[in-house]
Amino acid sequence: MSLAIATDSTTTQRNWLEKLGAGNIILAVALVLYPLVASDFFLTQIGGYSLIFGMLGLSLMLLAGYGGMVSLAQITVAGISAYAIAILGNNNSNILGFGWPWWLAVPFAVLAAALASALIGWISVRTEGIYTIMITLAIATATYYFAQQNYAIFNGHSGYAGIRAPAFWGIGWRDAKPFYYLCLGLAALCYAAVLYGSRSTFGMTLQAIRDNPRRMRALGYHVTAHKVFAWLLSGVIAGLAGVLLVWFNGRVSPGTIGVDAAIDVLIIAVIGGLRHPIGPFLGALVVVLMQTFAIDIVGAERFNTLIGLVFLVIVFVSPDGILGLWGRIKPHLAQESLRPGA
Amino acid sequence: MQPPVTESLAANRLQSTGAYALELDGVARHFGALVALSGITMRIAAGERRAVLGSNGAGKTTLFNAVTGDFMPTSGRIRFFGEDITDLPPHERIRRGLRRTYQISQLFKGLSVLDSIFLACRGVSRRRFSLLRPAASDVNMVQAESILNAVHLETYRDTLVATLSHGQQRQLEIALALAGAPRFILFDEPAAGLSPTERRDLVAILNALPRHIGYIIIEHDLDVALRVSEYVSMMHNGRLFKEGTPQEIEADPEVQEIYLGGKHG
Repeated sequence: MSLAIATDSTTTQRNWLEKLGAGNIILAVALVLYPLVASDFFLTQIGGYSLIFGMLGLSLMLLAGYGGMVSLAQITVAGISAYAIAILGNNNSNILGFGWPWWLAVPFAVLAAALASALIGWISVRTEGIYTIMITLAIATATYYFAQQNYAIFNGHSGYAGIRAPAFWGIGWRDAKPFYYLCLGLAALCYAAVLYGSRSTFGMTLQAIRDNPRRMRALGYHVTAHKVFAWLLSGVIAGLAGVLLVWFNGRVSPGTIGVDAAIDVLIIAVIGGLRHPIGPFLGALVVVLMQTFAIDIVGAERFNTLIGLVFLVIVFVSPDGILGLWGRIKPHLAQESLRPGA
Repeated sequence: MQPPVTESLAANRLQSTGAYALELDGVARHFGALVALSGITMRIAAGERRAVLGSNGAGKTTLFNAVTGDFMPTSGRIRFFGEDITDLPPHERIRRGLRRTYQISQLFKGLSVLDSIFLACRGVSRRRFSLLRPAASDVNMVQAESILNAVHLETYRDTLVATLSHGQQRQLEIALALAGAPRFILFDEPAAGLSPTERRDLVAILNALPRHIGYIIIEHDLDVALRVSEYVSMMHNGRLFKEGTPQEIEADPEVQEIYLGGKHG
């Protein structure tokens, strides 16, 4: 995931390896070598799934962390691209299914998601703070019920099944290892793009609008247009995550885009931390691990309680999520290593 | 003597000679029953430097907000270099060469000093939506560096705005208004909270502005206001109360009663 800094185009004399930093290189190598040690279950259900939800969290982090706009509709945007893949490509529900090849269906699905996101943004940028959360929640809920009741496009509550990930270059991309690398590649790409973009002109305008929209107007910026553009970019990332999600599940139904899932994305982003694009991926890993293994620890009846408790503890100890925790521990670790004999 | 207030945009444009940087015709602003501004009519020539004085609540800042569009005026017309800008949103007014500073600093706490000034330069330039990082040779970056030096903030180039002292934040406030070839600037109490040394710097910066840049300055410190302005408008209870040269205003007994007396007495 630390490919990010390597894409920095500033011409410095320093070696790019040096710029990446040891920690980032170790992390990147570990992620690439992970399939050597992980079982198929850990590759897809934990690895792939965390990366997909990390991307969804990243799309929220872009809006909330840089733009100050908290959205509950990210899963809705991902759902739109997931449904688009089912409708434009092949499914075995005998409804629609235009049979487009993946290389045509995917760009259209992501474009549809991005435009939908921009539309949601255009509706909600007139509001601020808690009202943005409420209006996006309303949109997410409305879309959920619409998908459940509409049979012509969404095929009602059963949705679409039998959606297959493509197979090309002799690789079945839903097989454990290829799928993991596909998720890792796309997640790394989005992560790098967000990290690079955060210091771009637009990234700076977005952060400045978060800090003081009134002043940005008084500097000649069309604040609404910048916010809507941020929603469009966020929609591209959420749309890509939606494509991976539908290939992962092989199906998409209103349950995929329900309010539970919408809140999961928010929890992931908050637990991980909104200050840096790595946060949502950390949050996604913690939440996916919890959701997978909490049942084994406390039984099926109480596993949501345990997830809730962990969420509470992290937010209570560190309002900045895991990133904030790391930020506080790091100086202490550095102090330790400076001691003689350490 | 004043042209009649008319609602026709075309007529307004035709009547304007363009000799003035700023023309206000009967500009009023009501907040519910409160009349913050009532019927302000004012002409400020291009390059003119005007001070606006008045006690707290006289409507000075409301006047600025009406001119920049932060709060739209309830009635009246505003022309900027001859063009009727009454119905334009704030960013369009700024792109025409209008700038302002705020009484309470309105800055970007999460950005560095240089990046803030860069955004101010880019705001009236092209490629505001660029997804590329600006190069050091970027024309707006070069402009930002030179403004940084002009307001003596070069030591704090990469400092986060949130960590600047009050005085430095006031300097940055001015730097943002100087970015991108301004034609007319509204300074809202730029000296508020500054030390005597910083005030001297401020007067020097204002007096060193190119002659074609006019401004209006709201300032409680008469020592600053009268040294950087050629003409003074006094406001009281949302109205223009008196206009004159700094000497006339300083000597006026009514002014002393309302403003100076109220403040020091």
